[in-house]
Amino acid sequence: MRKGVKQIEYTVRGALGLCALLTLVTTIGIIFVLSSETIPFFREVPITDFLFGTKWAPLLEPKSFGVLPLVTGTTLIMVGSAIIALPVGITTAVYLSEYSSEKMRSIIKPVLEVLAGIPTIVYGYFALTFITPILKILIPRTEIFNAASGAIVVGIMVLPMVASLCDDAFQSVPKALKEGGYALGATSFEVIGQVIVPYSASRILAAFILALSRAIGETMAVTLAAGANARFSFDPLQSVQTMTAYIVQVSMGDTPQGGIEYQTCFAVGSLLFLITLAMNVAGQTILFRYRRGK
Amino acid sequence: MKDGFAARKRKEKIFKYACLALTFSSVLILVVLLYHIGQTGNKYLSLKFLTSWPSRFPHKAGIKAGIWGTIWLISLTAAISIPLGVLSALFLEEYKIPGKIGKIVEINVANLAGVPSIVYGLLGLTVFVRYFGLDRSLLSGALTLSLLILPVIIVSSREAIKAVPDAIRFGAYALGASRYQVVFWHVLPIALPGILTGVILALSRAIGETAPLIIVGALTYISYTPESVMDEFTVLPLQIYNWASRPQEEFHYLAAGGIIVLLTVMLSMNFIAVVIRQKTSKKVKI
Repeated sequence: MRKGVKQIEYTVRGALGLCALLTLVTTIGIIFVLSSETIPFFREVPITDFLFGTKWAPLLEPKSFGVLPLVTGTTLIMVGSAIIALPVGITTAVYLSEYSSEKMRSIIKPVLEVLAGIPTIVYGYFALTFITPILKILIPRTEIFNAASGAIVVGIMVLPMVASLCDDAFQSVPKALKEGGYALGATSFEVIGQVIVPYSASRILAAFILALSRAIGETMAVTLAAGANARFSFDPLQSVQTMTAYIVQVSMGDTPQGGIEYQTCFAVGSLLFLITLAMNVAGQTILFRYRRGK
Repeated sequence: MKDGFAARKRKEKIFKYACLALTFSSVLILVVLLYHIGQTGNKYLSLKFLTSWPSRFPHKAGIKAGIWGTIWLISLTAAISIPLGVLSALFLEEYKIPGKIGKIVEINVANLAGVPSIVYGLLGLTVFVRYFGLDRSLLSGALTLSLLILPVIIVSSREAIKAVPDAIRFGAYALGASRYQVVFWHVLPIALPGILTGVILALSRAIGETAPLIIVGALTYISYTPESVMDEFTVLPLQIYNWASRPQEEFHYLAAGGIIVLLTVMLSMNFIAVVIRQKTSKKVKI
């Protein structure tokens, strides 16, 4: 009897361990798959041409493989979404943790959860059919596909993430510090500005980094709203193409496997993966260090 | 001195109202978004819309293929990802791997959750579609989505398992239970509602996913319902993307109609998850 139990015990442990290992296999798989197509690509195209070239035209003759236009497109979306998500996110967190009543909280929190849960394709539709027309009225030279409306909806999408991470940070500020501030006669505004925000500065930074990394990886909303025009420019009213939108564009067409066009997807994907990975690791490290410090 | 105080008070007030206004802007955005979609989408929303195939003519088009594709895909994804995710979480939480490897697995899960979904699409395309030879099938799509939501399920399940009080474990051990008995007979049942909440939220995210499915080759025009896991397929979000990306306004109305259906399904799943969470959050306390 005892022996039987032991055997089951080992089997169960082994089976569960295999499941947990699957996540490691996934990571290795991603790295392997990306590099297996990227390395042959860099045999054809010098890596410096790819990283520093300012013309991206892999599907047209003459072909050109400078990725910078996709990078500027992505940067435009990232900066634009940051302009919306960071201030609104952080003030929402301030309001939730310092001013709001329980009842307010129970309204705002679910609204943020719903905003975070709405599929990106829906935001893309909203950008295209609602925000772009408004922008066109305000600034007539706005193109139908433009970086600005894409950036606005991506900002709305990552706002809940900023708000909830900052809220967590503010909640964990020791009560003694806050009350010390109030005891010295500070107003809430002063306590927030001089105690709470400085105390949680590193976690706010982590929230920003993680949110921006999400914005960079965002795909469908920018594909729909920002267009497919790889352009080396920083004009938010023109159409641009992000790294993610390019991969979608190639996948929607019938590009044969093995060709250089097919490999560009993986080269761009590798770049995207490396950028987001670096940002996620940075953000997670800050959060992790904080948790351990506690 | 007194003037300084009044100025500080004023600053405080302005700041407070600014925070309030910005906070409520997200409520306003949600209301405007839902209103805009409701207004543009109700034109084509009807029973016929739900039961027709896609068409070149807006008034004949419907989302039958998308709905059935989504149902098949999500059921398959659930069947693959729930057991894998929950078992992984049980292992990570209850059988804690000591030392470096344990930490690596932990950091790895956190990072996987942050990998852009389109990268999972590239992984699925190479591994499932090409290497395993599954082609543009439902199975390829479901496997890809499973990998995508696995980190989400693992993280939320671990939280639920962590919340099970240790007294339950010690009690069972004291009565002579072995570890797997403790884990499967005592810990898992108590953690189940919490796990379920996380799983439902993860699946509702999977329903809205579009990008990875485009990469693994889901089609936009299909006029049959899938009959096996090896069939080609389309899903609701892809149908919406196809309509929304056309220049004609009529197709935008169709897209909005599809969005209403999509959001209704998703929001009701979120609602169920919240209800489960609230019903059970007070129950087990020792």
